[in-house]
Amino acid sequence: MSMDMNDPMEKGPKRVGRRKFLDLVFKAMPAAGITLGTCGLSISSLRGEEEKKLEPPSEKNSYAMAVDIHKCIGCGRCAYACKKENKVPEDPHTVRTWVERYVIPVEGEALVDSPNGGIDGFPELPETKNILKSFFVPKLCNHCANPPCVQVCPVGATFQTKDGVILVDEKYCVGCRYCIQACPYGARYMHPVKHVADKCTFCYHRIAKGLVPACVEVCPTQARVFGDLNRQSSPIRRFLRFNAIKALKQELNTRPKVFYANADLEVR
Amino acid sequence: MEPTLVLALLEPFNGYIYPNEYFLQWELLIVLYPYLTGLVAGAFILASLERVFHVKALLPVYRLALLSALAFLIAAPLPLMAHLGHPERALEMLVTPHTASAMAMFGFVYAWYLLVVLLLEIWFDYRADIVNLSNSKTGLMKYVYKILTLGATDLSPEALQFDEKAGRLITIIGIPSAFMLHGYVGFIFGSIKANPWWSSVLMPIVFLFSAIVSGMAAVLLIYMVASWARWKPIDMACVNKLAEFLLYAMLVDFTLEILDFIHRLYESEESIHILSQLISDRLFISLIISQVLIGGLLPLFGILVGRYGKFPDEMRKMFYFLVGILIQVGIFSMRWNVVIGGQMFSKSLRGLTTYKVHLMGIEGLLVSIGFLILPLAVLFVLLRLLPPWLNEKSEEKAIPVA
Repeated sequence: MSMDMNDPMEKGPKRVGRRKFLDLVFKAMPAAGITLGTCGLSISSLRGEEEKKLEPPSEKNSYAMAVDIHKCIGCGRCAYACKKENKVPEDPHTVRTWVERYVIPVEGEALVDSPNGGIDGFPELPETKNILKSFFVPKLCNHCANPPCVQVCPVGATFQTKDGVILVDEKYCVGCRYCIQACPYGARYMHPVKHVADKCTFCYHRIAKGLVPACVEVCPTQARVFGDLNRQSSPIRRFLRFNAIKALKQELNTRPKVFYANADLEVR
Repeated sequence: MEPTLVLALLEPFNGYIYPNEYFLQWELLIVLYPYLTGLVAGAFILASLERVFHVKALLPVYRLALLSALAFLIAAPLPLMAHLGHPERALEMLVTPHTASAMAMFGFVYAWYLLVVLLLEIWFDYRADIVNLSNSKTGLMKYVYKILTLGATDLSPEALQFDEKAGRLITIIGIPSAFMLHGYVGFIFGSIKANPWWSSVLMPIVFLFSAIVSGMAAVLLIYMVASWARWKPIDMACVNKLAEFLLYAMLVDFTLEILDFIHRLYESEESIHILSQLISDRLFISLIISQVLIGGLLPLFGILVGRYGKFPDEMRKMFYFLVGILIQVGIFSMRWNVVIGGQMFSKSLRGLTTYKVHLMGIEGLLVSIGFLILPLAVLFVLLRLLPPWLNEKSEEKAIPVA
């Protein structure tokens, strides 16, 4: 860069260059963080979540998730984050959460796909003329209030925690796979290494620390909302209040705790 | 041909299945389990026809039926155990059972049936023979029989009368137990509301009657083969009677299955489209051809003709033998269609998957054949230990040949 080009900047009113601006921003960030921190604010609290201390499971909580189908862009970050966070085997046929793409043509049957659970995104649609609508639906264990998987487990290895999360005790599971058969949502799989049933835990290790599940954390559009149904200020309570809600396969009386807003008739 | 079309043809799926549904969870071993327990229940109910309902023509197969039931019962849980992800934890089902689980109750139904019903009944029935054998045999076998007497060596008329009474009482308890044993196997499938192919209140009763059919046919086959192997004549009155009961059981079984089918079709629930596709695309050979035609209607027709047609006895025997084999094919296909068929469609009700039997491996064909041969080997040992034909001469006198 020549001296001539710098001259006008030095002579004129004092202006901040791009480089200088970024430098200032980076320097100011820790200070801003401290300020926000001292005011009792954090990124999570800005999103409507409250940090809380590590607590043992309690009947006071009732965890649930909600999904706004209109917000889901099918990026598959949730499915990817879940695999990483929970060390789920990379096999595309062992997933704790996945994203389905629904393509509803003007005439004919709906087309649904979920290649590799949506982790790698979705292939281009071959024909775009006759599509009435298309949308993405993230799926996971519904953590049913009346869970058929818990009912059928012969040894009680799969159980419902006091705060309503369905878990599998991998040290106790005999690997009979009856729970996989009993789950109406296809949410369970046989762990290829541990030889026990495995499934979504709502990232129990995270929620017990007051964090949200990994899939919720990474969702760029906040299509997934997580919270405690028993807490008035919980984002999930707000979600349920302001949206018309549907749950999957309600006719089976499983009483799911994953709720969907803007779900099409075809979603099942 | 367009590349997408080629892919579609190579793809073993139609439509959409949930990602976790790619692999079938219950394979060939789980097909064997209801098949084997069905043979137990059927064989026992056949034995009870003689004992409780005094169908004296069936006396030649009474003890054989009991021993067959025991042999199949010993083998029945083995494929289940082999299938578990952690077989070493299998006993947890008995030690710390989850009482709401239909599967956990299997241990108790099984233990009840094995210990309270079958072993006790066989023991009371054979006690006098065991005492006699412990006196007449020499060497190691003498002591084996001595142990089997459990110290009860009294052969007085009062003691024998007690044996008879106790045996009868156990059989009376045994009939509902046998119903429970196999009805319960049907319940394991029928109570899964997530699966529309399984979820049916008729499932336990369909399983029960198909069990009676398969068990009776199995005893018929075993009796004929055992008689041929021993160069003894086949008691025609016995096999004719057996054929009659088999015919009744088949009629009830077939009616129930048709009822189930019509009921589903008429109710026409959400799942009807995928289930129709399942039958036409995936189960056509095993359901329509193997279960209904070859294993259902053909033996039904065969047994009608064989029993009531005017044939010499040798011809009749051939009819019965073939019918017995066809019934086994049919009932095995039925178990296959329930267990495998129930997993070949997605619970999204949008697609079908496939299943290929492997030759090797724990879920493979060879192991399964081994599990099918095993009860026959157990039966062979039992027949050597407790020959059912010890009192054959007295039976021949007792029953006039029809």
